[in-house]
Amino acid sequence: MPETPNKMSVYWKKNLRTLLILLSVWFVVSFGFGIILVEPLNQYHVGGYPLGFWFAQQGAIYSFILLIFIYVIRMNRLDREFDVHED
Amino acid sequence: MDILTWTYLLVGLSFVVYIGIAIWTRAGSTQEFYVAGGGVSPLANGMATAADWMSAASFISMAGLISFSGYDGSVYLMGWTGGYVLLALLLAPYLRKFGKFTVPDFVGDRYYSNKARVVAVICALFISFTYVAGQMRGVGIVFSRYLEIPIEWGVVIGMCIVFFYAVLGGMKGITYTQVAQFCVLIFAYMVPAIFISMQLTGNPVPQLGLGGDVADGTPLLAKLDGVLADLGFAEYTSGRKGMGDMLMITLALMVGTAGLPHVIVRFFTVPRVKDARLSAGYALFFIAILYTTAPAVAAFGIYNAINSTSEKNISELPTWVQNWQKTNLISVDDKNGDGKVQYLADPATNELSIDKDIMVLAGPEIANLPNWVVGLVAAGAMAAALSTAAGLLLVISTSVSRDLVKTFNPGISEKKELRIARLAAAGAVVFAGYFGVNPPGFVAEVVAFAFGLAAASFFPVIILGIFSTRINKEGAIAGMITGLVFTIGYIVYFKFVDPTINTPDHWWFGISPEGVGSVGMGLNFVVCYVVSKFTPAPPQHVQDLIQNIRIPKGAGAAQDH
Repeated sequence: MPETPNKMSVYWKKNLRTLLILLSVWFVVSFGFGIILVEPLNQYHVGGYPLGFWFAQQGAIYSFILLIFIYVIRMNRLDREFDVHED
Repeated sequence: MDILTWTYLLVGLSFVVYIGIAIWTRAGSTQEFYVAGGGVSPLANGMATAADWMSAASFISMAGLISFSGYDGSVYLMGWTGGYVLLALLLAPYLRKFGKFTVPDFVGDRYYSNKARVVAVICALFISFTYVAGQMRGVGIVFSRYLEIPIEWGVVIGMCIVFFYAVLGGMKGITYTQVAQFCVLIFAYMVPAIFISMQLTGNPVPQLGLGGDVADGTPLLAKLDGVLADLGFAEYTSGRKGMGDMLMITLALMVGTAGLPHVIVRFFTVPRVKDARLSAGYALFFIAILYTTAPAVAAFGIYNAINSTSEKNISELPTWVQNWQKTNLISVDDKNGDGKVQYLADPATNELSIDKDIMVLAGPEIANLPNWVVGLVAAGAMAAALSTAAGLLLVISTSVSRDLVKTFNPGISEKKELRIARLAAAGAVVFAGYFGVNPPGFVAEVVAFAFGLAAASFFPVIILGIFSTRINKEGAIAGMITGLVFTIGYIVYFKFVDPTINTPDHWWFGISPEGVGSVGMGLNFVVCYVVSKFTPAPPQHVQDLIQNIRIPKGAGAAQDH
């Protein structure tokens, strides 16, 4: 393997930071907006939806899909940058 | 044509397709049998994962569950989708790079211990058997309700079909059959939902229809809140469960999803690490089509059901009520003798009882849709039940042939291993069929088990195995056993030993048995960490293995030992 251990630990740290950011969003849209803050958010409406209820039954799920695709794009770029991508 | 003819035609046609695919994709090697040769495209694998994941319960029961629990039903929606984020970010890419066939494979190698492997196999078998019994029952119910044959025959026919393509085709056959099954089930779910959304709100997209207005201009959800409040029920859009319990159940379902062996194994079938990540994204996208439609089906269903029955003359009830009364899914009891139906929250005066399954099964009839739509829903429900059953049977047969037999007889030939795998799959089909015909009364209860156990056993040791180089075999074994014993103990105590005290007042910190997997998971993490701290670090070759699975380069196809 041509990669030095040092270079790999930078790659791993960047990976962990990506995970931390994405999982924070994951937590906020579901546990945060969908459960903990649902009552205050229900004071606002999008169309016929109370906002907190919308997050719990629709919004959180859309956010989850978005998060995975952002992760895919970000990791593909990171793999290339550190030359650990597959052919 | 009448409903029965349409049902026979559509269900029969879908079976022909599944069997055709199974013959075409017959597995020739253990690699094809276990992981479809590792050559499935991310898009196809995403669809197959979605079909594998969405069971008879998702298809038939989930919408109804939400109908009667309103906002509280969100735990299932978020719980069963949010787990895919954990799967994509924390598990799938690394397990794919690891490149073996099963979850116990990973646990056994990473923790350099056959004891750890056996504990993992026992968890995998228990989770899969619990799950598969429920699927066979679902198959039987669909057969008996739609094809008007006894439930036992329904189970036997379902067993034969699954036997045929799971035993013959292995993972390769299952994967391509599941792609077809996904198309059938999602089409069958969407067609009635779109029609009903149009009728109620004028918007063909159910996800938008749920936030739309009914004919008199008020928003559907506000209207539904009002209707339910008038009858004495809680408002649809506000919660009844405690916030702490909501959080715990959602977490247990998310983590449980990410720890289910039949879901994890799907990510071994794609060629590269980047495909495993992408495939998880596709899978969630396909799952979300159904999971964002289900809350709309739920609200439309309960709104329609109340509007067409409440305060109506019993002699003038719509025909779907009479049709489904035959199956006892709906029943009317005129307690006050006024000749009208009163649907009320108070069980003493309520005269109408509706089973949750009716929201999906009778949906097309409630909305007066053409007969072919009813047949389509039957074919969709069959697809959902069969695809999940097949995926689970494969995990069971792999666990037996590879994780048990091969671990203790490493010299076994590939041909013999394949034969044992097929035999184990056949045995599992018969076992599952038996429980489909003679369901133990606690099938619904044990589902909480499957998720709780997956959350409390696998998830922490896999995560720590990837993200920590210090966790050793002592920690992993102690952690799995602690999580498992605690979770089983809590669930058994409240569900079986003393069900009368299964109420929020008696639960520890208000955590229901459904949510206790989260606590078991926490315990597992803590025990794993503490025990590892006081015992020697893992040997060098394991440290190297961990460094190796953290980078994508050099994945190659899934390898045998």
